[in-house]
Amino acid sequence: MASTQAPDRRTLLDMYRRATAVKQNDERFRAVIKSGKITATYYSPRGQDIIPAAVSVNLTDQDYICTIYRGIHDMIARGVPLKPLWAEIAGKVTGTCKGKGGAMHITHPATGVMVTTGVVGSSMPIANGLAMAAQIRGEKRVAIAYFGDGASNIGAFHEALNLAAVWKLPVVFVCQNNGYGEHTRYELATSAAKISDRAQGYQIPGVTVDGNEPLAMYAAAKTAIDRAREGGGPTLIEALTFRFYGHVFGDADAYMAKGEKEAAMARDPVVRFRVWLIENGHATEAQLKDMETVIERDIDEAVEFALSSPVPDAAELSRDVFATELTR
Amino acid sequence: MSASESPKTMNTLQAVNLALDDALASDPNVILLGEDVGDRQAGGVVGATKGLSSKYGDARVRSTPIAEQAIMGAAIGAAIVGMRPVAEIMLMNFTTVAMDMIVNHAAKLRFMSGGQTHVPLTIRTMTGAGFGNGGQHSDYLEAWFAHTAGIKVVAPSTPADAYGLLLSCIEDDDPCLFIENLPGYWTPGPAPMRGQRIPLGKANVVRAGRDVTVVSYARTLNTCVAVADRLAKDGVDVEVIDLRTIAPFDEATILESVARTGRAVIVHEAVKSFGVGAEIAARINEHLHEQLKSPVTRIGAPLCPVPFSKALENAYIPSESAIEEAIRSRMSRKSR
Ligand SMILES: Cc1ncc(C[n+]2csc(CCOP(=O)(O)OP(=O)(O)O)c2C)c(N)n1
Ligand SMILES: [Mg+2]
Repeated sequence: MASTQAPDRRTLLDMYRRATAVKQNDERFRAVIKSGKITATYYSPRGQDIIPAAVSVNLTDQDYICTIYRGIHDMIARGVPLKPLWAEIAGKVTGTCKGKGGAMHITHPATGVMVTTGVVGSSMPIANGLAMAAQIRGEKRVAIAYFGDGASNIGAFHEALNLAAVWKLPVVFVCQNNGYGEHTRYELATSAAKISDRAQGYQIPGVTVDGNEPLAMYAAAKTAIDRAREGGGPTLIEALTFRFYGHVFGDADAYMAKGEKEAAMARDPVVRFRVWLIENGHATEAQLKDMETVIERDIDEAVEFALSSPVPDAAELSRDVFATELTR
Repeated sequence: MSASESPKTMNTLQAVNLALDDALASDPNVILLGEDVGDRQAGGVVGATKGLSSKYGDARVRSTPIAEQAIMGAAIGAAIVGMRPVAEIMLMNFTTVAMDMIVNHAAKLRFMSGGQTHVPLTIRTMTGAGFGNGGQHSDYLEAWFAHTAGIKVVAPSTPADAYGLLLSCIEDDDPCLFIENLPGYWTPGPAPMRGQRIPLGKANVVRAGRDVTVVSYARTLNTCVAVADRLAKDGVDVEVIDLRTIAPFDEATILESVARTGRAVIVHEAVKSFGVGAEIAARINEHLHEQLKSPVTRIGAPLCPVPFSKALENAYIPSESAIEEAIRSRMSRKSR
């Protein structure tokens, strides 16, 4: 790893704060959904926490992200405020999208979250468009497209990589390879030994990193984002990771190899990052505890806000369909 | 399941599974392909194809990458040379990814080849609001396909219909889109008669009545029956027709009914504007204008993507009260 690509202490702690926020929010989402207080189909990103934390610390406020149904970690790491995020998942009018989009379709332009798609592959072509607009306007913005390993098999991935390469767009394709697309194991559906190998076909840089390893993930993200920002064009990052709670929260996991999940959970990337920070003198136990306590309090407030907010009125069905409200 | 077990009831998931099982057993040209359909992937996201790859092998029951265009293309290619593929597109909204294959190829190859090739393909897909899955996972898009020459569109409302209609789709020589309702999968109903096909293009009069004709299909058909049962207690005698096949639809059965009742209400979950109901209403008007006692009316979802919030989703789906109100208002219109 180039030494210039190593994060300083402040950045390390910022990364940890974002990653633990993902972990703590996820724990609460699952608990609240289990309790029945919120009904939502939930694609837990737990286990993939480090990836967007390492990407996000390399972004400016001006940058864009496009993500997918399994994208709560990408949003939280990016800094989407918790109250409207939770309210959206609870289907409340105070949510980011007035309860109309839901957990799979969070949009929050103020933090650069421009599109969250439920359709596999669709984040990539749109990220290209965000990058193209920045390129045309001469802005130094970068667009991040998050997607899964399964999405690298759909046409949209290949079309988007080629277009981004031809136009040298300031976009970074971040594939979160968790080894499964729904119930299908990587090898059964993907011809490439590594997804990053596919970059070569489009003559763009492609790297595979351990997405659970903060330093490696940081370096890969920084290299790609800097390159995009300086006009060097797109990069494909394949971040190897694992999802702890299956495809959708509550699904049976008979399709997984025995012990695979338990082994991954035993190597919880957020827990390991925490231990590493303390062991290497970047933070004290008390410091991290304080950080976690603040996040926990923010979550308490967000949950309370979401649960006590009103549901949208049926009149909302005719609003936001077109620029002008529909009359029926 | 062996015939000797013959359960009295089953749900639509079981009925679909049974139809696929019977089709695979009776014709070696029947193959299944789709995301997660194999048993190593738990036999589909809702288990519709459970057990079939174990029974018929991975060559005939094939799990695919997430690549709807590639799935559909492969199914069309195999169909042209005489296989009878059943391609599963997990959710109806994802047919959009395969639209070129479906609309420009599957539907048109017979015509464009001057009848030299045809595409005996069945596309199975599921959809429907009610599970809080929001704007990209719940749409009823049947009108798009019904508007395309060359593809048949089928939407069963009961487990037994699902069984019999699916077998007919698989055996049909044209491409058929078979639409299953996701929230309704687990509702039990009378079991089908093993081996009994239900003809395509033929509607089913599920409830005879004298006063108003209600035409529907898929899940809303069951809502209409419930409303009709309730109205019967108030002396309103509703005839309920299940379209079963949306395209080409059974005009004769509908016209015969409306000619008797003089009143018609068409109900579907899909957005009302430019929907299937508009076509049926137009046909009724064209043929029966003079006999109508009140204007034909339609009930459907508002022109709006399927909303996420439960409160909005409930308001989106055509309700019993909206259907009841439409029927009652037909009755209160003075005959001309
Ligand atoms: C075009 C399309 N086809 C199918 C689906 C159903 N589906 C939702 S998520 C998913 C698996 C995606 O796997 P991957 O890209 O690896 O992302 P992960 O869920 O593992 O994060 C599938 C098949 C979909 N949403 N969109
Ligand atoms: Mg995956």
